[in-house]
Amino acid sequence: MDTQVTKKKLGLKERYKLLTRDLGWEPTHHTRDEIYPYVKYEGIKIHDWDKWEDPFRLTMDAYWKYQAEKERKFYAIIDAHAQNNGHLNLTDARYLTAIKIFLQAISPGEYAASKGFARMGREFGGVGTQVACQMQALDEIRHAQTQIHAISNYNKYYNGFHAFSDSRDRIWYTSVARSFFDDAMSAGPFEFMIAIGFSFEYVLTNLLFVPFMSGAAYNGDMATVTFGFSAQSDEARHMTLGLECIKFMLEQDPDNLPIVQRWIDKWFWRGMRVLSLVGAMMDYMLPKRVMSWKEAFDIYGVENGGALFNDLARYGITAPKGWDIAAGAIEHMSHQLFLGLYQWSFGTAFHGWIPSDDDMDWLSSKYPTTFDKYYRPRWEHIKKLEAEGTPFKNFGLAKLCQTCQLPTVFTEPGDPTLTCHREVDYKGEKYHFCSDGCKDIFENEPEKYIQSWLPMPALFSELGGDIGAWMDWVGLRNGIDNGDYVGSQDQVNFDKWRGMATSNK
Amino acid sequence: MSNVFIALQTNEETRPIVEAIMIDNPHAVVKREPAMIKIDAPGQMIVRKETIEGLVGRTFDLQEMHIHLITLSGNVDETDDSLTLTWNN
Repeated sequence: MDTQVTKKKLGLKERYKLLTRDLGWEPTHHTRDEIYPYVKYEGIKIHDWDKWEDPFRLTMDAYWKYQAEKERKFYAIIDAHAQNNGHLNLTDARYLTAIKIFLQAISPGEYAASKGFARMGREFGGVGTQVACQMQALDEIRHAQTQIHAISNYNKYYNGFHAFSDSRDRIWYTSVARSFFDDAMSAGPFEFMIAIGFSFEYVLTNLLFVPFMSGAAYNGDMATVTFGFSAQSDEARHMTLGLECIKFMLEQDPDNLPIVQRWIDKWFWRGMRVLSLVGAMMDYMLPKRVMSWKEAFDIYGVENGGALFNDLARYGITAPKGWDIAAGAIEHMSHQLFLGLYQWSFGTAFHGWIPSDDDMDWLSSKYPTTFDKYYRPRWEHIKKLEAEGTPFKNFGLAKLCQTCQLPTVFTEPGDPTLTCHREVDYKGEKYHFCSDGCKDIFENEPEKYIQSWLPMPALFSELGGDIGAWMDWVGLRNGIDNGDYVGSQDQVNFDKWRGMATSNK
Repeated sequence: MSNVFIALQTNEETRPIVEAIMIDNPHAVVKREPAMIKIDAPGQMIVRKETIEGLVGRTFDLQEMHIHLITLSGNVDETDDSLTLTWNN
């Protein structure tokens, strides 16, 4: 009798090697330099691409299998949301302000990331990198599509969602996220990986998708939790790719260290500035809150970021340049930005409001040394002006930072009563900045940032300063999408429809 | 020592995964937040296929975790039998 021999099954590491290896043939018709023209121009030296391995070792067959399962779960819940009055199960319709910002500023960023990773999958010379970038390009387009699809259910009932792609291109606060991605996509492949893989994925998405999505769950927004967690299930892989990329560059050549450190400094600061939007979303826009922006930052910024930089210290990496300044600004950034958004609410495709007494008590419990001292008195004053019929509204235009494109509303490090402002003269023009961090970034690459498209100058160069024409151009319907939440169509409709949904009137 | 962590969606499929992590990592701490579970552990955490299989009573591919994973922290090393998260500090 023949003995049956069972062939030993291949292990995960061997399968991954076999399923990626054949993509890595040696070219003969063209040199590697001709095929990968951008790999060397940033100054990063790579000696052995095979040293880059995806620690998750996800092969394409497994990738499709699990992604398909994620999609099935996602659409089951999105269908249930649409079928079961999901748009009325929210704590309050003002919550949707956060989701409007998400759709206008963040979802288009996912699409930009997809384009970026598709390009990087082509430009990197190593097989492991190419496969990981291809998967991430597919993930990112899935995120953009599922987010737009999930949020489209709200567009049927509420204002401010209908023109998100015009908002993304043209309105002012969205240009914060847009310029972040444009900056990354117009960089070289290795800098792109630090910008998106490290800053966006490792630092930003943890704060955006984890505590914020948990907050969406708390506020009854099944659609957002679903797309958020579905997207975030890919992010663990993305973060790992970002971390692997940093380690790979540092291990390949000691000359890479100063270049990588400079990118870490730059993209940490750019990430912090984008996060100010998330801070305002968490502290002010969620009617029911899971944790404050500061608490979230302590966990995912200070603790997790600190662990990462301690780990990278063995390569000579130090914490990013603006780290201490950022830590000091955490107490202030969400309050300063929301005060700005409130006063400029004529120009936002979402509503503003004055925090209620309950909201303010919660904020002072979360920011015990700063809120009552610096921010409550301002809101009390704004409340008084509102009651007197002279609401505190700013119909001027915000001065934007040339680098991060946020209005220059933030304060000096160490003095929250003094607005921080920096200027640089370059080739006969004056450029404005919100911080030393943004000024440093400009001064390192001035020829790049003088080409930035800024929304305020565009109002004059493209529309002759006509605010009405500008509103049409950005897709903002005056009196409907903008202004105060109190008395808005969104508020009136939510209250009316919820009444209809819970009674037989 | 820095904490590594893993966060999973709260659902029926992650219940045994969380249980298995707690069996294999007695030093870990579970935090239950709305719709998610976060598990912190100083220095290192290991997720073992065998422990999960013992709890679910079927074969379990560790890569199934990708469906429920929200985030993680630490250097990742994955084999067929285990997923390890480590900070080297």
